[in-house]
Amino acid sequence: MESLVRVRGIAAPLLRINVDTDQIIPGPEIMRSTDESYARWGPGLFANWRYLADRRPNPDFILNREPWNTATILLADRNFGCGSSREPAPKALRGFGFRAVIAPSFGGIFYNNCFRNGLLPVELPIEQVRVLAEQMEAAGGSAQVAVDLEAQTVTAPRGQVFPFHAPPELRRMLLEGLDEIGLTLSRAAEIAAFRTADSAKRPWVYRPGLS
Amino acid sequence: MRSARSADVEPAGTARRRVGREVKPLSGAGTACRRSAGHAIGCPTQTVRGAHDGRPRRLLNDGVPNIRGASAPKGKAMAKPLTFFDKVWNDHVIADLGEDTYLLQIDRLFLHEMSGSVGMRQLRKSGRKPASPELVFSVIDHVIDSAPGRSPSQSHTKAGTEMIEAARHGSRDYGLTFFDVGDARQGIVHVISPELAVALPGLTLVCGDSHTCTVGGVGALAWGIGSTECEHVLATQTLPQVKPKPMRVSFEGALGRGVFAKDMILHLIGTIGANGGIGYAVEFAGAAVRALPVEGRLTLCNMAIEFSAKYGFVPPDDVTLDYLTGREFAPKGAAWDRAVAYWRRLPSEPGARFDADVTIDCSQVRPQVTWGTSPQQVVPIDGRVPDPSEVADPGARQLVERALDYVRLTPGTPIEGIAIDAAYIGSCTNARLSDLRVAAGVLKGRKVAPGVQAICVPGSTQVKRAAEAEGLDRVFRDAGFEWHESGCAMCGHMGNDRLADQRVISTTNRNFEGRQGPLTRTHLASPATVAASAVAGRIADVRKLTV
Repeated sequence: MESLVRVRGIAAPLLRINVDTDQIIPGPEIMRSTDESYARWGPGLFANWRYLADRRPNPDFILNREPWNTATILLADRNFGCGSSREPAPKALRGFGFRAVIAPSFGGIFYNNCFRNGLLPVELPIEQVRVLAEQMEAAGGSAQVAVDLEAQTVTAPRGQVFPFHAPPELRRMLLEGLDEIGLTLSRAAEIAAFRTADSAKRPWVYRPGLS
Repeated sequence: MRSARSADVEPAGTARRRVGREVKPLSGAGTACRRSAGHAIGCPTQTVRGAHDGRPRRLLNDGVPNIRGASAPKGKAMAKPLTFFDKVWNDHVIADLGEDTYLLQIDRLFLHEMSGSVGMRQLRKSGRKPASPELVFSVIDHVIDSAPGRSPSQSHTKAGTEMIEAARHGSRDYGLTFFDVGDARQGIVHVISPELAVALPGLTLVCGDSHTCTVGGVGALAWGIGSTECEHVLATQTLPQVKPKPMRVSFEGALGRGVFAKDMILHLIGTIGANGGIGYAVEFAGAAVRALPVEGRLTLCNMAIEFSAKYGFVPPDDVTLDYLTGREFAPKGAAWDRAVAYWRRLPSEPGARFDADVTIDCSQVRPQVTWGTSPQQVVPIDGRVPDPSEVADPGARQLVERALDYVRLTPGTPIEGIAIDAAYIGSCTNARLSDLRVAAGVLKGRKVAPGVQAICVPGSTQVKRAAEAEGLDRVFRDAGFEWHESGCAMCGHMGNDRLADQRVISTTNRNFEGRQGPLTRTHLASPATVAASAVAGRIADVRKLTV
């Protein structure tokens, strides 16, 4: 896993409620290729909103406008990333250049997928997300928000500091760029002991169709 | 541009201090509005404990009139009564990783060609091998063409064919139990999972698909995961997860004529909102749920994710056991008896605590149809498309305005009577045999309205063959429906443009922008409502049809 400790940059407001992962990366964008690199996914991000019918950039969409097109932080509204489990959603955000998304709440599968793609989902109350959005807009985008995963704080352009909380295990993985599967495999003895006891208790689980 | 940006991103190594395992005290606004578990969460900005991480959070909903906190537990020395969820979760904990994160035993992993092929490819690249291939099942469903007479790798894109072939080769190489195209057991993963009893009560079952919660309908604890999590389960047959909070949704009373499980769940989502379940594992309870056959319970659980609950389930009862007995991967003989004894102990105990409780009176539920671009944008069949000027909250108003713009409807339009271009019966929500029987009951002796494309995609090959044995395919075809091979097909737009720019009434689960095709406007409804609407050429009230 790729590590992330701090990110400081332009935070682009996209304060829409219930943005589903079909909007973050529409199905047809997934079906363009089986290449899994972040760069491949970037052009598909928000494709329904970002492009006109002939795939020219929609000039009204914020991420097509300077300086927002260089944003590294996305400001979103509640239930961001709801719906489909598609991991291309955080990959597309990464491909565009985002390293953090700040929203009041996230779809649960998307939230987990973010950490595994070096993208930090930050939960802040909507009032604080709005403060960040207002300050960014007032500055015409020429301001910066800082997200610090180590300190678990978000610093607004005008200096207010908003604390947030990330689940400790996911936080540690992202901070240190750990191999999550390797970590689990290091618990092989514990896993084996559990399975020995459990297969005595629930034998049908370990042999599907057991008679 | 990219390098300029990355200069402001610090990865590990630039950090001055290493981070240990200490749990930091909670701070900030979240603590200020912390409320203990069990308090009411009915107001727009109240706080509940939970969500992904077990910390206090605000539930910013658009009014949640029917959620109330569960009553405080009585007594003090007694063993704490447990919910079904608590018991199943506890039985799978291998290690406590701290602060509500646990390493869980995963009893079943189901792969499909989209996320599954990615998980298998990542595993191969890592040089690791599947830990327990005998617990891993695999199927081709997501991007396989549903056209009659399809070939084994037929898809609408080159990438689709590559995904199918990668999943096929990976599944065979790893020795997984694999249901290929052409196998009589092939079908939509969440339809075949209970059909073959891969899903069983009390199992943890995961799949790289958000609708994995469907199989909570047979009492499994099942949830959708990403492809990297799939790789983790392949490599270890375990998964670290943050523990969700238990929530109970009780459907009381009896369903009226023409009202089905789909209407129950759409009504619920309309009531609590598309974010009403974030951070919860949802038990469906109440007389109306107990009265539902397993297939209806699967429909109910299928859409738990549509109110952002990753998990939805109906604890096992006699209905569940009658359904599962004798199916291919169910235990048999003495193993079955032993499993039943274990399953009988799983249901929630009287007095068990839920962090949130919702009650729905089913006698008041009418056939439901969505009008917008989120499953929460739903009205009863005699309702009207809403007027954004009547929505107070600016964010919620903007949501309504955006949706109206996309679906091209005028505020105040009655939902009944809106002209449709297409009718679709399919998906893991509503394409099981009982769904096809209900739809065929409506279609028998009738014709699809001129100009309406009507498509039926059975949920599994078994469903298709059983329907054909009953002659249902003839009813569909005679009415003017196309009769397809099984798969996820046009529920999501994976390259098939059949429904592009159409207004389609659909038995599926998502009416998101572009979900079924570019500019496609999807109205979600039950199979009965879809069939009645196909005949009328307009969104129709099935209760007005004479049988």
